Amino acid sequence: MKPSGWQELLLAALFAMLAAFVPLVANGYWLSIAVTAMMYLALATSWALFSGPTHYISLATGAFFGIGGYLVGSMMSDYQLAFWVPLVVAPVVAALLAMLIGLATLRLSGVYFVIFTLGLAEMIRNLISWIQNNFLGSRGLYVLTDLRDQHIYWMLLAVAAVVYLLGWLINRSRLGFALRIIGNDETVARHVGINTATAKVILFTTTGFFAALVGAIIAPRWSYIEPNQVFSPQLSFLVVIMALLGGAGRLWGPLVGVIPFTIIWEWVGVQFPNQSFLFMGLAFLLIVYVLPNGVVGRIEQLRARLREREA
Amino acid sequence: MRYSGAVLSVSGVTKRFGGLVAVSSMSFDVAEHEMVGVIGPNGSGKTTMMNMISGAFKPTAGRISMKGRRISDMPAQTIAREGVGRTFQLVRLLPGLNVIENVLSGAVFGHRRRWGRDAEDFAHAMLERVGLEAMSYAPVAQLTYIDQKRVELARVLAGEPEVLLLDEWLAGLNPTELETGIELIHNLRDEGRTVVLVEHVMDAIRALCDRCVVMSAGKKIAEGTPDEVLNDAEVIRAYLGDDDA
Amino acid sequence: MLDILVSGLLLSGTYALVAMGLNLQYGVARIMNLANGEVLVLGALAAFWLFTTSQVSPLLTVILVIPVAFVGNWLIYRFLLTPLVRRSKNQGQLEVDAILATFGMSFILIGIMVSIEGGFFAYKYLSEPISILGSTSSLNRLVAFLIAVAIGGALYLWLNHTRPGVAVRAVAVSTEASGLVGINVPRMSALAFALGGAITAVGGALISTFITLDASIGVVFTMKALIIVIMGGVGEIRGAIVAAAILGLVETAVATLVDPGLTLAAAYLIFVLILLFRPQGLFGRVSS
Repeated sequence: MKPSGWQELLLAALFAMLAAFVPLVANGYWLSIAVTAMMYLALATSWALFSGPTHYISLATGAFFGIGGYLVGSMMSDYQLAFWVPLVVAPVVAALLAMLIGLATLRLSGVYFVIFTLGLAEMIRNLISWIQNNFLGSRGLYVLTDLRDQHIYWMLLAVAAVVYLLGWLINRSRLGFALRIIGNDETVARHVGINTATAKVILFTTTGFFAALVGAIIAPRWSYIEPNQVFSPQLSFLVVIMALLGGAGRLWGPLVGVIPFTIIWEWVGVQFPNQSFLFMGLAFLLIVYVLPNGVVGRIEQLRARLREREA
Repeated sequence: MRYSGAVLSVSGVTKRFGGLVAVSSMSFDVAEHEMVGVIGPNGSGKTTMMNMISGAFKPTAGRISMKGRRISDMPAQTIAREGVGRTFQLVRLLPGLNVIENVLSGAVFGHRRRWGRDAEDFAHAMLERVGLEAMSYAPVAQLTYIDQKRVELARVLAGEPEVLLLDEWLAGLNPTELETGIELIHNLRDEGRTVVLVEHVMDAIRALCDRCVVMSAGKKIAEGTPDEVLNDAEVIRAYLGDDDA
Repeated sequence: MLDILVSGLLLSGTYALVAMGLNLQYGVARIMNLANGEVLVLGALAAFWLFTTSQVSPLLTVILVIPVAFVGNWLIYRFLLTPLVRRSKNQGQLEVDAILATFGMSFILIGIMVSIEGGFFAYKYLSEPISILGSTSSLNRLVAFLIAVAIGGALYLWLNHTRPGVAVRAVAVSTEASGLVGINVPRMSALAFALGGAITAVGGALISTFITLDASIGVVFTMKALIIVIMGGVGEIRGAIVAAAILGLVETAVATLVDPGLTLAAAYLIFVLILLFRPQGLFGRVSS
């Protein structure tokens, strides 16, 4: 990811301020879409922090997100803890898990990593269901809070802003430069003295942390938590699609993908409820064959062409 | 031949790939400020030897050490930080980065690590050193082959390595480029850098190397000054085959 | 104990076959085909659909599926994957493109299959119990195992004793060197990809006789096949057979002794152990 300057940060801050007013003008249906979009924005931006520069396709988002949601449900209903406790604990748990997965898989080729993350949410879901059925007793997990959609929205906005700021800082740091080099040629990266495994693990751990945080924040929206619902493999794929559609090469790329895709996805869900798989498939093919660097990549390509014509 | 105060020391190093022995109990030392050529026919294991020094491969047996510290079981990035810098047989630049950023990568993560202004100034200085300052902000895809090689050399120099490994740095250059190339490396020699170079160009070897190690079929068959080894009967046999010897 | 052994080994026969299919695609054509499981389910759907609508024996479907899946996979390789191979500057980029493209294909296949049959592919064929070495199993499992062994054996012989077979293996070892000795690499890659797809679909038709599948289960089989290929070592047929046996046995053991819901977790455990201790596979060599 190319480091971005102060202008971009300023624009992002402006956007965040405007976005903060959305719950004051929208309600009901549109607010609920805004919450979903903000959720995907936070997830896709943090996903791109890792996958943008390294080109590793992580499908672990659903697993970390699920850990967030599930821990909120379990800690609030099984242990009567306050909402903020899992909000702090879940991201740490997910970050630790991400670190372990990263250490085991990120030394190896990207294929191994994709395969490993592919079934991860499903495996954790199976494990949790088994533990719950055999040791905890299967009571329902209720999440009862006073939080309304607008509160969830603002919390997610805050997370998205923090992720963006963090990404901006990383891009200007040694670590960000190291990741760019790794994304270009890992062998060269090692030979100039970069500890490639550590750099990748740090970033992957970060995405795990934020995915779980988002999962925890959004949990009160459902009030009743089901492992089958929070550990959704579909979520992982949607995050990949949105981030790549916008363009993972720029910090603001995911933003460009998230907003239109969330709206289209809602519309597809209503119009063609049984064809969601087909649309996801078409979106992937669109990315590979038409927009390999996302909308942002296309825009930059056009800009470069214009500049050439002027010169 | 033992040198007191060898910077780099290779002793009894063997590399097997499955059943194939690519390098077999190689030993040689490189003293400070020395330029040592590793030469030999194609497939004699020279590049494998370089890959083991830089940490791309681990030796199956033996020991490589730098200033007495064993580096042969370290990963490549640690070896780079210890002070071994290398170029690749087929130039490897970072295609998504421009020229100065490529050089910067060496300055930021190499043996001596710099950051910010300091790193940028140093990278520019190295680029000037190889004569490519004018192309600082060009994308690397626009460069000619020798300029790509220059960028790679500048990247390695930017890390201020104590030992420089040049893997066929002169290969693929046309005659005029070759002259420039030899001059560049000659300057490195004049600066007193410690260099190990794998090379095929005999003129370059005579002009540049203090000493040569000759490899054939994975083994060291001769060692000495360029003139000594190039007149050695066994070396001639290795290059030309028995009939011609 | 013996029950686990017998049913685990019977299961591993089809697993090995499916993994051979993926191995051809990844080892030779160098495409990590994540739609592999969906091709398998498509084979299962064909067997189910022909059996329930026109009483065609699944064993006949197995034969019918081969040419159809071969042509289908050949077309996919030729028109969707070849452009990616051409445009990629390095193996890493091709890997990412292939992963995303085959994900896309897998979802499209699921979408199509859901619209054909949204429920379970449940049917009964040769489901009478039989006794093997004193343990009870069912006839369809045994038949599926035998057919898998026969097809796998035929493939093995073809790869080792025919000209095109040896050419395919040469491409697996090195695309560059194969090109230099006059092997038509793009053609052999397409052949391997198509053949791999056909074998996978056959495996699906066989599996459907004793496991009830549905349109969206493919990813589970993709995972299993990948774990087997990685465990056995890419391009290693014998490795894949041993790995399939291990996976089949462990899954059966966990399902009978602990909980059927944990088979995936067990597969993951094996996967993690392999990645940590033998990333080149049980039989793979450390490559440069």
